[in-house]
Amino acid sequence: MKNRKQRNGKTILSVLVFMILLGCERDLSDEAEFATFSTTGDVFTDLPVGLGSNFYFPFLGSKATAFSVDENTAYEGQASIRIDVPNANDPNGNFAGAIFRIDGSGRNLTGFDALTFWAKASQGVNIGEIGFGQDFGENKFQVTRTNVSLGTQWAKYVIPIPDASKLIEEKGMLWYAAGTNDTGGFGYTFWLDEVRFENLGTIAQAQPSILNGEDVEQDAFIDIPITLTGLTQTFNSGSGENITVIAKPSYFDFQSTNVDVARSNELGVVSVVGTGQATITATLANVAAAGSLALDVAGTFDFAPTPPARDAGDVISVFSDAYNNVPVDYYNGFFTDGFQTTEGGAPPIDVNGDMIINYTLLNFVGIGTFNDVAPLNLTDMTHLHVDIKVNEAVDADDFIRLQLLNSVGNNETSGSVTIDSSTLVANQWVSLDIPLADFADLGDRSQIGLLFFISDGTIADIFVDNIYYYK
Amino acid sequence: MKNSYKIKHTIAVQVPMLLILLLFAMTACETEETQTVTTLTKLVMSDEFDTEGAPNPSLWNYNIGRGPNGDGWGNQELQFYTDRTENVKVDNGFLLITAREESFEGASYTSARLTTQGLFEQAYGRFEARIRLPYGKGIWPAFWLLGNDCDQNIWPQCGEIDVMEYLGDSPTVVFGSVHGPGYSAGEAETKEYELTGDRFDTGFHVFGIEWSPEYINYYVDGDLYNQITPEDVAGEWVFDHPFYIILNVAVGGTFPGSPNDETTFPQTMLVDYVRVYENNLTD
Repeated sequence: MKNRKQRNGKTILSVLVFMILLGCERDLSDEAEFATFSTTGDVFTDLPVGLGSNFYFPFLGSKATAFSVDENTAYEGQASIRIDVPNANDPNGNFAGAIFRIDGSGRNLTGFDALTFWAKASQGVNIGEIGFGQDFGENKFQVTRTNVSLGTQWAKYVIPIPDASKLIEEKGMLWYAAGTNDTGGFGYTFWLDEVRFENLGTIAQAQPSILNGEDVEQDAFIDIPITLTGLTQTFNSGSGENITVIAKPSYFDFQSTNVDVARSNELGVVSVVGTGQATITATLANVAAAGSLALDVAGTFDFAPTPPARDAGDVISVFSDAYNNVPVDYYNGFFTDGFQTTEGGAPPIDVNGDMIINYTLLNFVGIGTFNDVAPLNLTDMTHLHVDIKVNEAVDADDFIRLQLLNSVGNNETSGSVTIDSSTLVANQWVSLDIPLADFADLGDRSQIGLLFFISDGTIADIFVDNIYYYK
Repeated sequence: MKNSYKIKHTIAVQVPMLLILLLFAMTACETEETQTVTTLTKLVMSDEFDTEGAPNPSLWNYNIGRGPNGDGWGNQELQFYTDRTENVKVDNGFLLITAREESFEGASYTSARLTTQGLFEQAYGRFEARIRLPYGKGIWPAFWLLGNDCDQNIWPQCGEIDVMEYLGDSPTVVFGSVHGPGYSAGEAETKEYELTGDRFDTGFHVFGIEWSPEYINYYVDGDLYNQITPEDVAGEWVFDHPFYIILNVAVGGTFPGSPNDETTFPQTMLVDYVRVYENNLTD
């Protein structure tokens, strides 16, 4: 470790000298700067290599003491990285996970094509995640190989670099996360040795993908960004095995068929800037990625009206971004009696941070507050407010009936109010303020356990927002 | 494998790319009186695949279909061979043999198998081709020679020399074999050659044999990796008559196994050239 520090010192010194040179010599190119970053591939041999003194950063909630250097176990040499994964009930952390980040300048990894290591475990087990490029900073070039299957004998593992040309200064040399889902909650030990970036020369036949390779078509709205997901890179390895890793968006270059409608930045966030149609595709190191996102933008998103400010004591809110919501069992009970067709609501959709429930295939659906949460005591409340937008034509016979159930399953009472087609408007929000007294036959409303939306299939697709009771 | 390359048997050849071997042989084997130096420099056939379109019909035939017995050429191979441009064409200086996944004549895959049968047949000499191979489980390309008397002397009596065989799920390994009576199929005399730090589906490599009455030498690029002599085979040496060349990409069958979910199609073998040199000593 002493030597390591000295080397770092030299590096810093040479950077300083270089900066001074840069200051007086005008014709040094920018590229020359990259040469100052170490091109060392070794991460751990018998000791951490070139990581500095403060390199191990556990994840929040993980067992901080999981890592040690085991001088009795090694694939090669005298020592290995030992990870003791705790039991799920360990009060000091119920999983093991951390990053190994260089304490100092990053490395130039452009000459390598994979992170490799030898590994074994105290029992056969899948390690949830192993990768590199996570630095607790931007993590722009994080790579994750999931479900790495370790046996009880040493074997070599390969984590391909999606595009090494991006890694001109990387500090995240290794990271892992390992739990006990596979082992019934019981801990185990695994060892990593000879951890290094290598140029194997046998990593080839790239098959990148976005959106898990699917061609997705969806509506989009101006100023509502969409984050691209399912970004992976797959290589065929020298053993003939395909290895897929999760790759951060910054490895990709994104294209849009119409940048006046939608465009993606390097973080995979698609900005929607105009009406029309645009398809987002991607390449990774000049290889076209499978998968695309075709967007149809009609305009801005039509949000429900913002509810007025109210005193906290005057409101019991079930679902609204305007108030603090009470806990609920669910926004869709998916009743398994064979009659419910309704999808959606589990979870609500997130439109740029604004939560909305979108029920589709609606016949009926219930929002529950009686299983694991306290029923609602609406005795002091006077009105139910709900905003409903019917995302389809409204015919004369269409309706949505709201039904409240008190004391579910135990001297249960209920009352309902029907919203008919003269009140509902196609593709527009309708704000309803219904006196609770209108829910005839409900009687006691001190233990409200269910709120139903019932259309009997007359209306299939609705947005619902701002469900609250007030006085 | 018992036939691993022995240096005292090295037969030096006067080929520029094998100069190092030649030097090595000269220095290491000077006292060996048994060594035979062949001069395999006289080019007697070459196809550089420089004319776009169908391969030169004066040199190449096609095997069409699923084999004479309809059984996937004796190996339960899954492809139907055609001579369509979808499966075989010369383009941009290369011969392209392309295996496709498609329903065709009852098969699930199509591909092509070219031969020089009746058009170019020769005993002995140097046969080589420069090839970039495809990849993926179930993909089984080959550059090989078959005796021209298989109609009379049923295989394996007519002899088979596999200059290069390769399985798409082992992208760093090729192998060279001979098949004859008593040493065919699973019992063939064979040896693997493995690339280190590289693979056969990302660039071109030269696959060749030097064939004389006394031996068949196998090389990849500049590396001579095996020599098979009459003493090595567990039966009659049946490599003293003319053979013809076959280039093909098979899909599936008992040897490579079927393609799996990770096998992508189409898969193309690119051949930069095929060249044959005469064995002057046998003139």
